Amino acid sequence: MNNSITNTARLLGAGLRALLVLTVVTGVIYPLVVTGIAQGLFNNKANGSEIKSDGRVVGSSLIGQSYNLPLKKGQETPDPDLKWFQGRPANGLGSNSVNTQYKLLLSGATNLAADNKVLVQQVKDAQAAVVKDNSVPGYTVKVSQVPADAVTSSGSGLDPSISPQYAEIQVHRVAEKNGLPVGQVEKLVKDHTQGRMLGFMGEPRVNVLELNIALKELIKGN
Amino acid sequence: MGPVLAGILQLLALVGALAIVYVPLGNYMAKVYSSDKHLRVEKWIYKGIGANPDTEMRWPAYLRGVLSFSVVGVLFLYLLQRLQGVLPGSLGFSAIEPAQAFNTATSFVANTNWQSYYGEQAMGHVVQTAGLAVQNFVSAAVGIAVAIALVRGFARSRTGELGNFWADLVRGTVRILVPIAFVAAIVLVACGAIQNFSGIHEVGQFMGGSQQWNGGAVASQEVIKELGTNGGGYFNANSAHPFENPTPFTNLVEIFLILVIPFSLTRTFGIMVGSVKQGYAILAAMGTIWLGFTALMMWTEFAHHEGALQIAGGALEGKEVRFGVGGSSIFAVATTLTSTGAVDSFHSSFTGFGGGITMLGMMLGEIAPGGVGSGLYGMLIIAIIAVFIAGLMVGRTPEYLGKKIGSREIKLAAVYILITPALVLVFSALSMALPTPPNSMLNPGAHGFSEVLYAFTSAANNNGSAFAGLNANTDWFNTMTGLAMLLGRFLPMVFVLALAGSLAEQKPVPVTAGTLRTEKPMFTGLLVGAILIIVGLTYFPALALGPLAEGLA
Repeated sequence: MNNSITNTARLLGAGLRALLVLTVVTGVIYPLVVTGIAQGLFNNKANGSEIKSDGRVVGSSLIGQSYNLPLKKGQETPDPDLKWFQGRPANGLGSNSVNTQYKLLLSGATNLAADNKVLVQQVKDAQAAVVKDNSVPGYTVKVSQVPADAVTSSGSGLDPSISPQYAEIQVHRVAEKNGLPVGQVEKLVKDHTQGRMLGFMGEPRVNVLELNIALKELIKGN
Repeated sequence: MGPVLAGILQLLALVGALAIVYVPLGNYMAKVYSSDKHLRVEKWIYKGIGANPDTEMRWPAYLRGVLSFSVVGVLFLYLLQRLQGVLPGSLGFSAIEPAQAFNTATSFVANTNWQSYYGEQAMGHVVQTAGLAVQNFVSAAVGIAVAIALVRGFARSRTGELGNFWADLVRGTVRILVPIAFVAAIVLVACGAIQNFSGIHEVGQFMGGSQQWNGGAVASQEVIKELGTNGGGYFNANSAHPFENPTPFTNLVEIFLILVIPFSLTRTFGIMVGSVKQGYAILAAMGTIWLGFTALMMWTEFAHHEGALQIAGGALEGKEVRFGVGGSSIFAVATTLTSTGAVDSFHSSFTGFGGGITMLGMMLGEIAPGGVGSGLYGMLIIAIIAVFIAGLMVGRTPEYLGKKIGSREIKLAAVYILITPALVLVFSALSMALPTPPNSMLNPGAHGFSEVLYAFTSAANNNGSAFAGLNANTDWFNTMTGLAMLLGRFLPMVFVLALAGSLAEQKPVPVTAGTLRTEKPMFTGLLVGAILIIVGLTYFPALALGPLAEGLA
């Protein structure tokens, strides 16, 4: 009996020492070396790919943002600022429930099933809104023109991109709201459309933040 | 080019990359576990552990090593989370509550990485880097070690000795996991994944005002989470988060990392048992299922004939634009056919059949190609069952790799097969029958049941992905999924090692004209059939209540 207790203790001791030694290797040395190299070689990327506009950091080129008007009295959800290109819905973003001392950037999906009535309603409402917002005199958007990414929430809720189709149907509205010629805005979208990597990886896309920064420049120049 | 063709090309590129490294990596791993030499750094580590790496262990000793290392791992990780409030470098985050800390500790030690917490809100630098990421390495190394012990059981004769657990653990970590993770981490950072230790800091926004980001050693943790088929995300959105998985290229890199060791281990197995063709037969069975599942997934996700997805005109709910339907489908199958559970898109919002495919992938026991190590030993157990069935058909004593499959061996294999389904079905049934646990379901009806079934399937199979609609952060789900993960990981290992010990003691049976040729395509077919029949019979009733009911509705 006594013997088996000492044996167990010896075994657990070996386990603990193994864990501590391997923690030093994989939990201290490895991450520190990777961090050192990352900070040295890819400083901007390792720190979140921050992007500037007018000399001020306005976010990360990898993280989607919302482009909304300030919340009006009595409103629960703010209206989109139609001057700017809009990104994808992000209905799955939770609220900061644990560390309320921070305004942390959260991520998350709706996790709603395809047959869930809430999701069906969200998609229908979003479709109606996209059609209404983007139909301007002389240019009407049809429901069939609205691409799926415009009416669904992404997995992270921070999707930085939209499909070129969604950018395209926003062109007339953005041109009108900013008093710009449609052709110029169209060209802007084209210049910011990224194809598939090496022709086959991923999907074609437009980075909304980069597009809006370029749009701001264009407005200033006119 | 259309998205479907692009998806297929991405799949082909992946197959090509895996094929290129198959032989060199498989050979290398065989050398790692067969070599007599110790690296200098390994000698230091053995000195630190106080273990002699050259002592051979019989199966009970090997198992004791696995269990003691894992018990200590759970306790250490539990304490680290409970003490988070007073640890430096924790971003001011508070301690994790006991039930959740238990759940998370078991989850990472059991190579599951089920997460009932929100990464960016709950875990500071120290717990993430020195706690969770460490288990990502070592739990993977434990999995490979147990698989190698089983392979030695086939390869050795008239001895009960299976190698040295400490040596296998250390070598797997130092010679295989760390070098690959290191290179891949740098690749990920070069593409935009973050890697820093900054605190929470303000970043401006385009419309004015600011948001707060937490930094972190994300890239270094991301790669081992995929390579070790662990799956626990730094952030809540896991590999859908742009800081974890910034581009379509990193998406493919991550899928590659998930699959590379499990597939290549079949080569290691072939070399160690002295016939690479035996490895190819196993590889062919794994590859057939993997490609079949991926094709089915792409078909249902591109077709999207359902509710909200139909109205939207595409199955993009819970998916990122940069990956699209193709990249997301490939990832979803890879993560659920291995024991990974990382996600780049949210399975709960897939089509009904798509969700069913992810669940079925886990129910297969994650053997195509499966988790690192666990995939290989799971598949070898099924191979024993398949040989047994074939033996019954022709009335011969079944043999596999020159070893007789007698009543002791078949009993151990059969118990192994029964453990996980028993855990899944009993825990799911209990959760549905009791009054309060069903309150955790987000979606009503069949999908709600799927959430619960998925949770326990994921936990008991050590996958860790979720139909995340379920609110799993309750005492019930934290405790029960915690138990399911522990039992689902370590009970099967007991039977695998016992089996390995019994095989290693046998003397080899000579090959005769009557021997079933287990390196031939016919055996691969038999293997795939055995897998599908066993799983089909076990889980069909439960699947009929969940995803099937939903897909046909």
